[in-house]
Amino acid sequence: MATQHSRSAARLMMAPAVILLLGWMLVPLTMTVYFSFKKYLPLRGGDLGWVGFDNYVRFVTSSAFWPSVMTTLIIVGGVLAITVILGIGLAILLNQPMWGQGMVRILVIAPFFVMPTVSALVWKNMFMDPNYGLLAHLWEFFGATPVEWLSQASLTSIVIIVSWQWLPFATLILLTAIQSLDSEQLEAAEMDGAPASKRFAFITLPHLGRAITVVILIQTIFLLSIFAEIFVTTGGAFGTKTLTYLIFQRVLESQNVGLGSAGGVYAIILANIVAIFLMRIVGKNLDA
Amino acid sequence: MARNVTNQRKIINTTAAWAVGLLIFFPILWTILTSFKTEAQAIADPPIFLGFDWTIENYKAVLERSNYGRFLWNSIIIAGGSTILGIIIAVPAAWSMAFVPSKRTKDILLWMLSTKMLPAVGVLYPIYLLCIRFGILDSKIALVFILMLINLPIIVWMLYTYFKEIPGEILEAARMDGASLKDEVLYVLTPMAIPGIASTMLLNVILAWNEAFWTLNLTAAKAAPLTAFIASYSSPEGLFYAKLSAASTMAIAPILILGWFSQKQLVSGLTFGAVK
Repeated sequence: MATQHSRSAARLMMAPAVILLLGWMLVPLTMTVYFSFKKYLPLRGGDLGWVGFDNYVRFVTSSAFWPSVMTTLIIVGGVLAITVILGIGLAILLNQPMWGQGMVRILVIAPFFVMPTVSALVWKNMFMDPNYGLLAHLWEFFGATPVEWLSQASLTSIVIIVSWQWLPFATLILLTAIQSLDSEQLEAAEMDGAPASKRFAFITLPHLGRAITVVILIQTIFLLSIFAEIFVTTGGAFGTKTLTYLIFQRVLESQNVGLGSAGGVYAIILANIVAIFLMRIVGKNLDA
Repeated sequence: MARNVTNQRKIINTTAAWAVGLLIFFPILWTILTSFKTEAQAIADPPIFLGFDWTIENYKAVLERSNYGRFLWNSIIIAGGSTILGIIIAVPAAWSMAFVPSKRTKDILLWMLSTKMLPAVGVLYPIYLLCIRFGILDSKIALVFILMLINLPIIVWMLYTYFKEIPGEILEAARMDGASLKDEVLYVLTPMAIPGIASTMLLNVILAWNEAFWTLNLTAAKAAPLTAFIASYSSPEGLFYAKLSAASTMAIAPILILGWFSQKQLVSGLTFGAVK
């Protein structure tokens, strides 16, 4: 149906988007790779020549590297576990017949629209402050000593804040998936005497499998690069320095661009491994 | 035929769901309530929930800080500008992919998506350096451009999904009735595409408004939007809970309202059509 004429017109229409994204991808990426092989200290002598793979070795052997990997894994893993498990529960709950379903849904989704700096600061000051925070009052009410959340339980605190931000996303996607479940299947199983736990394990959960995978992959990509939540709460102190934050500090705070760029290349490789899995799922869906 | 649900079960569901919903919403509710308290009431022990003297002093105080308006203006320009620019670039691209697909369309779409996966911190220094070289560090134009680029894949994807749902037969029918290409685009396609374009814009404004990596790292005094304004409350002003709450409420209110309108688009937009 498409003529030669419309094909070339189509190519022309696509060109701006393709060229811009190509530039956005290639130019900075090339520069990062270039810097990663250099000793480059903008404030202390500038470009000090090629150093081969030195930066790559130094980045992974620095004392801050493994702790930052652990921190990243704990935050990403913790948030994923909490949001997926609570998200499934919430999605099932919200799918039940009730009064005011739309309104409840709005309440649950709201945190997703709060900008990261606001949610981090509101949690830090108004909830987790050891003197005036609401959680401190709650602890005192039960006769417990208030926790100094962001210094004594810093990672837990970050996980709580980020989970609160991402729970709505997981819930909304899982709810969308649950709503496409054939309710007759569930009713038939119930009539045949299958208890609720089995109906969940053998019908609902398998049906959600794909949505859960998508939630995990998309959230991982976003969670690997959380920044503002750490920037305004602990500034990377108290063991909350993630890989992203470590690279940020190397590049902008200590202005060791070569070293930071090598870290950046590691981060890009890591993100791409996750991305490949996500792309497969999305790609399959395009064919269908 | 759905089975009849007993009222008793419905009451239990309703109670449980509302309890959980309010618990999740509580931090936002608490922020809004606190914004109407005096500073003393905001840190009262035990905390006051509703029985306080409502005041709008905090909002006045925040607005009087000479620069609040500029942060708000920067947010509007950056979120709005990047969205409009993104739409202008993405509409033709998504259009041609949906209506004149070729063998490579799928590869191009997936490749576009893959650029979204690039971790920002990996290219932080190059972008920082380029901004300095072009003299656009701490300028709105730099952020409009960068946020447009990071969201462009999502815009193209969403538009593509919407455009694909427009049936091709309608175009053929219009053509048979003697419509020219211009008529076709103007009177047939555009009206059908407007809802899709509108919801794409909505989601994109939300994403750009809340973006907090580039906005924090590439702005200082001149181009900082609300994300950076709130971050400046980190300390010691963050201990003025009532003012922090008023500033926060003002920063999130427009997006909360827009967000509630775009719940449906959120799912298909953020999962790239993988969950419908």
